Amino acid sequence: MQNEAGKAIRIYKEGNAFVIKVQGALDIRSLPAFMEQTKKLQDAELLIIDFENMVRLDTAAALYLLRLKHQKNVKFKHLGNRFLQTIELVKNTPPQPLPKPSNCSLLERMGYHFYLKYRFVVALLAFLGELFVKKLTIFLNPKYFRYKEVLFEINQSAIKAIGIVALTSFLVGVVIAYQSAVQLKLYGANIFIVDMLGISILRELAPMITAIVIAGRSGSAYTAEIGAMKITEELDAMRTMGFDPYFYIVIPRIIALSISLPILIFIADIAGVFGGMLIANTQLDISFGLFLERFSSVIDVKHFIIGEIKGPFFAFLIATIAIYRGFMVKDDTQSIGKNTTKSVVESIFAVIVCDALFSVVLTNLGI
Amino acid sequence: MQQVIKVENVKTVFGNKVVHDGLNLHVNEGEIYGLLGPSGCGKTTLMREMVMLEHVYSGHIYVLGKDVTRISQIQVQQLRENWGVLFQFGALFSSLNIAQNIARPLVEYTSLSSSMIEEIVSLKLQLVGLKPKDALLYPSQISGGMKKKAGLARALAMDPKLLFLDEPTSGLDPISAREFDALILKLRDLLNLTIVMVSHDLHSIKGTMDRFAIIDNKKIVYEGPYEGIHTVHSDFVDKFFRE
Ligand SMILES: Nc1ncnc2c1ncn2[C@@H]1O[C@H](COP(=O)(O)OP(=O)(O)OP(=O)(O)O)[C@@H](O)[C@H]1O
Ligand SMILES: [Mg+2]
Repeated sequence: MQNEAGKAIRIYKEGNAFVIKVQGALDIRSLPAFMEQTKKLQDAELLIIDFENMVRLDTAAALYLLRLKHQKNVKFKHLGNRFLQTIELVKNTPPQPLPKPSNCSLLERMGYHFYLKYRFVVALLAFLGELFVKKLTIFLNPKYFRYKEVLFEINQSAIKAIGIVALTSFLVGVVIAYQSAVQLKLYGANIFIVDMLGISILRELAPMITAIVIAGRSGSAYTAEIGAMKITEELDAMRTMGFDPYFYIVIPRIIALSISLPILIFIADIAGVFGGMLIANTQLDISFGLFLERFSSVIDVKHFIIGEIKGPFFAFLIATIAIYRGFMVKDDTQSIGKNTTKSVVESIFAVIVCDALFSVVLTNLGI
Repeated sequence: MQQVIKVENVKTVFGNKVVHDGLNLHVNEGEIYGLLGPSGCGKTTLMREMVMLEHVYSGHIYVLGKDVTRISQIQVQQLRENWGVLFQFGALFSSLNIAQNIARPLVEYTSLSSSMIEEIVSLKLQLVGLKPKDALLYPSQISGGMKKKAGLARALAMDPKLLFLDEPTSGLDPISAREFDALILKLRDLLNLTIVMVSHDLHSIKGTMDRFAIIDNKKIVYEGPYEGIHTVHSDFVDKFFRE
C-alpha cells in the first residue's frame, strides 16, 4: 500500500517552490504516504500541488488538502472541476470537533462504581420481590402456571443433561476410590472404602458435581437466552402483548430446575457409587455383592435424603442468578458475554456457600 | 462503459424453496442501480449474494471483475475494502458508539493519525445528516432513522467505489429521505460511485435511479430506466407504478 502510494507522487523544485505532482488516485489508501511527503516539505516557502494526472480524489484526501491549505502557503494547480466540487463539498461542511468523553477524577469514578453496586443490589432486591409476588400469584391462581414451559425446560435441563452428569460423577467416583484405595490398603482397611465412598458421594459430591455441571450448562444458557431476548426487544414485545415474562420465562425455569436437580443428583449418586465400586473391585478385590451388602448395612438413608434436599436449594440459586443476570444484560452484545460469565461464576460460588451453610447447620443439629 | 456487477443465471434455493430462478442483470460503472420488487421476492438475498454473505445455488456473480462464486481469500479481502454496505436494519456494532462504528474501518485499514480519523468521522457524520454532538451515543440510544444514517456513514467511511444500500430511506422522515437522495446523487457525481440499492420509495426510484431491475416471481420482469416501465405488465408493476 505504502509503495503503491509512493509511486503516486512526484516531487521536484521549481524556483523556491516545491511542486508535488499527484499521479493516479489520491484517496484514503494513498493518503498516509502523501501526508508523509508533505510533512517532509514542512519548511518549504511555497508548496504547489499539481493535480494534472490525478484520477480520483476522495473526501478524506480533500479534507487533508483543505487542512494543508489552512496551515501554510499552498497552491493547487490543474484542479479539475469534479475534484474542485469534492473539495467544495468538504469545505461546506465546517469542521466540528467530536465531543470528548468526560474525564472524571478518581473520587468521581469510585463514587460512580459504588453507586452502580448500590443500584445492582437494589435491582436484585426488586427482582427477588417481584419473583416472590409472582410466585404467590401463581400459588393463589394456578391458571397462571405454565405446565408446557416447565416440561419443556425439564427436558432441556434434565433429560438432555443426564449423560454428562452421569459421566462426570462416574469419573469423580473412580478418582476418589483410586486415591483412597492406596491408603486403605496400607492399613488393611479395604472394606471401609464403602463407608467412605457412600457418605462422601451421596451427601456431598453428587449434589455438588450436579450443581456445577448444571450451572455451566443451563445457567449460562438461561442468561444468554434472556439477554438476547432483551436486546432484540422480545421481552418488551411479550410485555405489551400481556405475556408476563415472569410467568412465561422466569418461574417455569426455576421450577423446572428445582425438579430436575434432585433427579440428576439421584443419577449422579448411582454413577458415582458405580465408579467407586468398579475400582473397589479391581484394586481392593471387593466383589460387587460384598460392596452392596456393606453399602446397605452401613450407609444411612439420611445421607441420600440430605443430598437430595440440597437439590432444590441449589437449583433455586442457579436459576435465579442466571435469570437475574439475563435481565441485567444491557443493550449491547458484549454485555451478554459478560453477564453469562458472571452468572456461571456467581452461581457456582453461591452453591458452594449454600453447601457450607448446610454442613454447619446439619452438624450443629447432629444429623 | 464498464460493468461493475454482472449477474448471470443466478439461482437461489433455501431448503426446497426456490427464491431466484435464473436472474440476469448488470450494473454499469457510475450508475445508481435499483433492485425492486414485492416483499420477500429476494432483493436482500440477491444483495447478500453480491457481497458474499450468501451462496448462490448455481450461476455466477461478477463484482468489480471478479467472480464472487469462486474467488481466493486475498481477492475477497481486496473486494471487501472496496465496497461499503448498508444493511436493512443498520447492523451497527452495539458495543461501539457511533463515532467508533464509523472509525472502525479507518483504524483497521489505514495508518491515518487519530486526529485525521476524527476529522473524517465528523465529516461523514455531517454528510449523512447527523450531528457530531451525537457521536458518543451508542446504537441502542438512537432512533431508527439515526441508525440508518449512522450505518450509511459507516458504509461511506472508506470512500468505497461501490456502495450497497438496503432500503436506505425506509424509516427516515420525508425530508431526510430527500436529503439522502440528494446526497447519493452528489456522491455519485463527485466520487464516481456505483450504487446498488433496494428501495420501495417511489420518490427515490424516480429521482435517483438510472436503471433498475424488478424481481417478481423468482424472475426479473423488467430491467431498465424508469421511462421504459410502461412496456411491461405484471401484478406488481401495475399496482406499484400506476396507482
Ligand atoms: N436463511 C433463509 N432461510 C430460508 N429462507 C430464507 C432465508 N433468507 C431468506 N429466505 C427467504 O427468501 C425470500 C427472500 O427474502 P429477502 O429477505 O431477500 O426478501 P426481500 O426481497 O429483501 O424482502 P423485503 O422487501 O421485505 O426486505 C423470502 O421468502 C424468505 O423467506
Ligand atoms: Mg429486504
